[in-house]
Amino acid sequence: MFRYVVELDDFKSFFDVLKEKGYEVIGPTVRDNAIIYERLGSFNELPIGITDEQERSAYRLKKRNDKALFGYALSPYSWKRYLFPPSIKLFEITKKDGIKIIENDYDGKKLAFIGVRACEIHAIYIQDKVFLDGKFIDPVYKKRRDNIFIFAVNCITASNTCFCVSMNTGPKVTFGYDLALTEVIEPNHYFIIDVGSKLGEEILKNVRHREANNDEIKKAEEVVNNTAKSMKRSIDTSDIKELLYSNYESEYWNDVAKRCLSCTNCTMVCPTCFCNNVEDVTDLKGESSERWRVWDSCFTNEFTYIHGNTIRSSTAAKYRHWITHKLATWIDQFGSSGCVGCGRCITWCPVGIDITEEIRALRSKR
Amino acid sequence: MRVPKLAVWKFASCDGCQLSLLDLEDEFLSLADRVNIAYFLEASKAVIKGPYHISLVEGSITTEDDIKRIKAIRKASKYLVAIGACATSGGIQALRNFSNIKEFISIVYARPEYIKTLDHSTPISDHVNVDLELQGCPVSKYQLLEVISSFLNNKKPNIHSYSVCMECKRKGNVCILVSNNIPCLGPVTNAGCNAICPSYNRGCYSCFGPHESPNIKSLSNKFRDIGMDDSSIIRSFRMFNSYSKSFRVIDNERA
Ligand code: SF4
Ligand code: SF4
Ligand code: SF4
Repeated sequence: MFRYVVELDDFKSFFDVLKEKGYEVIGPTVRDNAIIYERLGSFNELPIGITDEQERSAYRLKKRNDKALFGYALSPYSWKRYLFPPSIKLFEITKKDGIKIIENDYDGKKLAFIGVRACEIHAIYIQDKVFLDGKFIDPVYKKRRDNIFIFAVNCITASNTCFCVSMNTGPKVTFGYDLALTEVIEPNHYFIIDVGSKLGEEILKNVRHREANNDEIKKAEEVVNNTAKSMKRSIDTSDIKELLYSNYESEYWNDVAKRCLSCTNCTMVCPTCFCNNVEDVTDLKGESSERWRVWDSCFTNEFTYIHGNTIRSSTAAKYRHWITHKLATWIDQFGSSGCVGCGRCITWCPVGIDITEEIRALRSKR
Repeated sequence: MRVPKLAVWKFASCDGCQLSLLDLEDEFLSLADRVNIAYFLEASKAVIKGPYHISLVEGSITTEDDIKRIKAIRKASKYLVAIGACATSGGIQALRNFSNIKEFISIVYARPEYIKTLDHSTPISDHVNVDLELQGCPVSKYQLLEVISSFLNNKKPNIHSYSVCMECKRKGNVCILVSNNIPCLGPVTNAGCNAICPSYNRGCYSCFGPHESPNIKSLSNKFRDIGMDDSSIIRSFRMFNSYSKSFRVIDNERA
């Protein structure tokens, strides 16, 4: 497969080309002391020379000593926000002049995601299975998913909370992209580009590029290998199902419950968590009503409220359910792990509960 | 169809929750079309006798007379909804519950013998059966509307008992506790305000009080990790909902 070089100055024109093709560009930018995936007007809005330092319950931006465009690890929010929006109106129903149902068109704009990491591609494919496989296809997700362009990025830096290597999901992008880039900064700043689809090829055609030579390719490989080597966290996934299935009654869950706030943050930031609730909002006169779909979480009591009772009301049971689903029952349900090792739940848990540490502790108790 | 009668009652409180009702403006007018506003002194002097379909009760119980009055209101109401931090947890005035009220009275009032009050400020549910508690200081006018509208339409109101963090994350805020070490009570606080303070880079003050399963001790440990001392941690819980069952134990929960 051919790989190409795009120089820094030429990279800027991807923005114009994508816009000409009718795409709205969504990519990383600095907002509120974080790097967030948001609508980008131009190349200049990228987090040039900025990185993120992440630890359990800690996130800080720092200046890098170069001008890397993608020299950070991961945004607090994943691309999930765009494919599976946090709240969306499904339909409206009125009975003013006979009963009428007005469906939402679900807003399937053409979006180009710039800066999608390997773990995030895995997460999107996992959610594809949830929303698009089988008899019931989610129309909101489908309309959005059909219209995205994925510009992936091989990671040149991992945060302290990343553990994709042990989950087999990164840091190298291997599938599911239209274009993928590796950023090389020293001694010259350029990008090695891989083409993953016809659409990607077409976009690249409009941006100045040349074939990469062996040295350049080697350099790019090296950068990603170094990222893999630098990764600090891991989960030992051998017998992970047996580990969790044999620990339903473990005392250990009470230990986690002493720390866990049942605040839902871990599920909100997880790129694969898909739970949602539907709510009806009725006007005072009872003449019209709207049905909304919103993100939900297995850490709430309402989540397991069935005919008059909450089935999982203790925090111990909630955490046990969450981690067992992520790492074990997900495999039975969807054929893959529900965790891609992005580490968001570790960074954004206010009290630093760490999925990798909890598994380690559980193993040591066996 | 008989027009349902709505009553709005006040006990020890600042009237802020009742104002939320008036703040509904246009919706308040359509409410006036749907219900007979039978008792609402904040809005109108006209008083229509009970029984009432829905009674909204603002304020906490602080006198012997209050206790008699709330019992009478309960008898006259089909549904009784306690609204606001005062009615659901005793309010800011429940700070007295942690001290000696007699001392306060003797310092504050020129003629302490004129003051007749209970030594605790308590929520409505300590005295009568409450059908629904709507937390918040003040309550959210949207939640208030949702409750009234649901009672009128015979449906379950969309009032949730999960954390402020859920609202914060749905909005796409960057968590200020994690990214900036700003003490935020969101992880133990009930949703309802749409995470207004964290949206403006302020820690949550817990106007809406504890959520369904608040872990005060764990959050306090986090606050200690980011440099707060014990007395500031206790003070952060001694606000509008200090006497709620889960916050009042903060003293004992110190590590
Ligand atoms: S469980 Fe945690 S590490 Fe795994 S995918 Fe979800 S947020 Fe990322
Ligand atoms: S594990 Fe952390 S983020 Fe998840 S619910 Fe518990 S305290 Fe919140
Ligand atoms: S800012 Fe506060 S409310 Fe928002 S997620 Fe963080 S801890 Fe929760």
